[in-house]
Amino acid sequence: MAKITVENLTKIFGNHPEKALTLMDQGVSKDEILMKTGQAVGIKDVSFEIEEGETFVVMGLSGSGKSTLIRCLNRLIEPTRGKIFVGDNEVTSMNDNELRLFRRNKQAMVFQQFALFPHRNILENTAYGLEIQNADSAEKNERAQKALELVGLKGWETRYPEELSGGMQQRVGLARALAVDPEILLMDEAFSALDPLIRREMQDELLDLQQKMNKTIVFITHDLDEALKIGDRVALMKDGEVVQIDPPELILTNPADEYVAKFVEDVDLAKVLTAEGVMIHPKEVAFPKDGPRIALRKMKDKGISSLFVVNRNRQLQGYVTAEDAAKAAERGEKELTGIIQTDSPRVSPDTTLNELFEVSASASIPIAVIDEEKKLLGIIIRGAILSALSKEAV
Amino acid sequence: MFNPLDLIPRIPLGDWIDWFIRWLLFHIGDFTRALAAILRSAIDAFNDGLMAVPPILLILIFSLIAWRMSNRSVALFSFVGLALIYNTQLWGASMETLAMVLLAASLSIIIGIPVGILSARKELVHRIVWPVLDLMQTMPAFVYLIPVVFFFRLGVVPAVMATVIFAMPPVIRLTGLGIQQVPKELVEASEAFGSTEWQKLVKVQMPLALPTIMAGVNQCIMLSLSMVVIAAMIGAGGLGGAVWRAIQRLDIGGGFESGLAVVVVAIVLDRITQRVRKSNSNG
Repeated sequence: MAKITVENLTKIFGNHPEKALTLMDQGVSKDEILMKTGQAVGIKDVSFEIEEGETFVVMGLSGSGKSTLIRCLNRLIEPTRGKIFVGDNEVTSMNDNELRLFRRNKQAMVFQQFALFPHRNILENTAYGLEIQNADSAEKNERAQKALELVGLKGWETRYPEELSGGMQQRVGLARALAVDPEILLMDEAFSALDPLIRREMQDELLDLQQKMNKTIVFITHDLDEALKIGDRVALMKDGEVVQIDPPELILTNPADEYVAKFVEDVDLAKVLTAEGVMIHPKEVAFPKDGPRIALRKMKDKGISSLFVVNRNRQLQGYVTAEDAAKAAERGEKELTGIIQTDSPRVSPDTTLNELFEVSASASIPIAVIDEEKKLLGIIIRGAILSALSKEAV
Repeated sequence: MFNPLDLIPRIPLGDWIDWFIRWLLFHIGDFTRALAAILRSAIDAFNDGLMAVPPILLILIFSLIAWRMSNRSVALFSFVGLALIYNTQLWGASMETLAMVLLAASLSIIIGIPVGILSARKELVHRIVWPVLDLMQTMPAFVYLIPVVFFFRLGVVPAVMATVIFAMPPVIRLTGLGIQQVPKELVEASEAFGSTEWQKLVKVQMPLALPTIMAGVNQCIMLSLSMVVIAAMIGAGGLGGAVWRAIQRLDIGGGFESGLAVVVVAIVLDRITQRVRKSNSNG
């Protein structure tokens, strides 16, 4: 049986939802209802079921009602009409006390802007959910500690959120949710505020974690790539209504209507086929102060024959080859400065694949992707372009 | 020239207020007398406590607190300033003033913070309290002195009552503001994990509002000091009394000495409480 069941869920914002409901039932459009009654339709008659262990992605543009929908699931926003069941329990009919227990024990939420408590350190943040359940102090710390280890943040317990990068902060957000061991994980655009590369890393990690944990996940996003990547099923929302619910392949190959088709087409061209879409995180970089021996060791460790050199601000300086580094080491040089080559191919993140292909044909080393401030965002190896192009052909 | 407004007879607003105060006085006289007695003994306790400590020890204690809360130059200033007060024989008056300030500010904070919290959480309370605060803050300070004399006669008790009314608004306002300014997402996060209202308040809203609340406390203490000085007009004594006497005798030198003592006390109190606010916003 379904883990989460949503039946005819409707949310109207405003003081007089009854009027809007009547009009809505008569088939009057959202805009017209707003004009006539001043009530805004947030979500309109949405129904779906989510299976246990499923990752269910709700995808839509801003204003499509996806954030409202996820907040109805734990009643941070009170639904106007309709029912929500989790297992056999009806969430929509719970009183304050039952609702509090449901929030504590059954579900946990991860927020777009992380929503970490700035006055609490990382461990205290992670333990928040357990703390308000008055969990035993030793057990509380142990479970929070475990959750932090799970997201790779061991050793950061006594730091404060402001000391962490965005990606790490969201790992804390995830750890805080996992610490209470919820059956349902509600993720509200959890990765949208992160840099593209970090975002992809987090997506991969979530997929890894999900293999181990098998939670029921409701994931909100406005990014189609993300939706297709992590969703077992994707629900597409438009103007407060669900337009299509299907597994990713079906969304791509069998769009339910023109809106979905347009969406899929646009996003494909604009996003997947750019430098940003195929770049990877550089395995290793060198700094000008590094000695040639350090550079050599880094290359050997990663099995690569050249290394990009960046300064402290991650601005690209050039690259060194293993050959040059070995010679410099023999000469006894202490810094890389003398052997940095600056003729490496560089492109911006929005360079299209066709352009990239020309650049890469004449390059012997990977292509560096840099932003306006010359910061190294990622690198593109030749194989990546070929495989992306071949996928496009299919 | 004919003015249509002249057709309306004068509204006896003042008479009504007079009547209302007398009516109150008649009906709640026992209450005010009991309150006066409690306040009286509280002030005496504060005052006796301050006077029981040898002045030099108290000066050192204040300087040490100033050092800890602020820096060495403020500590030095406190030491020299307070020593000067002792030297000009205004020590007793200063301690009387300080006792009144401490009592009035404590009462303002004890009442003000809960009211501020309520006004931030309940729209109805907010809508009632805010106009009252506007009234309390824009009404000239002297006007409070008249009704409190009615209820509490002359002396330190009415002075403290008037001071509490005068100094409480910033505590309420800044507590309310501080809590309303806590980012919505953090409040949401706290709710999403199943916090009770009390847990939300104590674990999230209050700690994050603390720097703002402390700004209100600092303002409250400074306003208390200024009002306690003005309240010399209704016989509050203390440094205000010294200033008042100097005015009546046209004693320029004496007036300045007392005025300077007020400034010293004000600066010491301000620096100490300001620092509390800063250290909290950093941590």
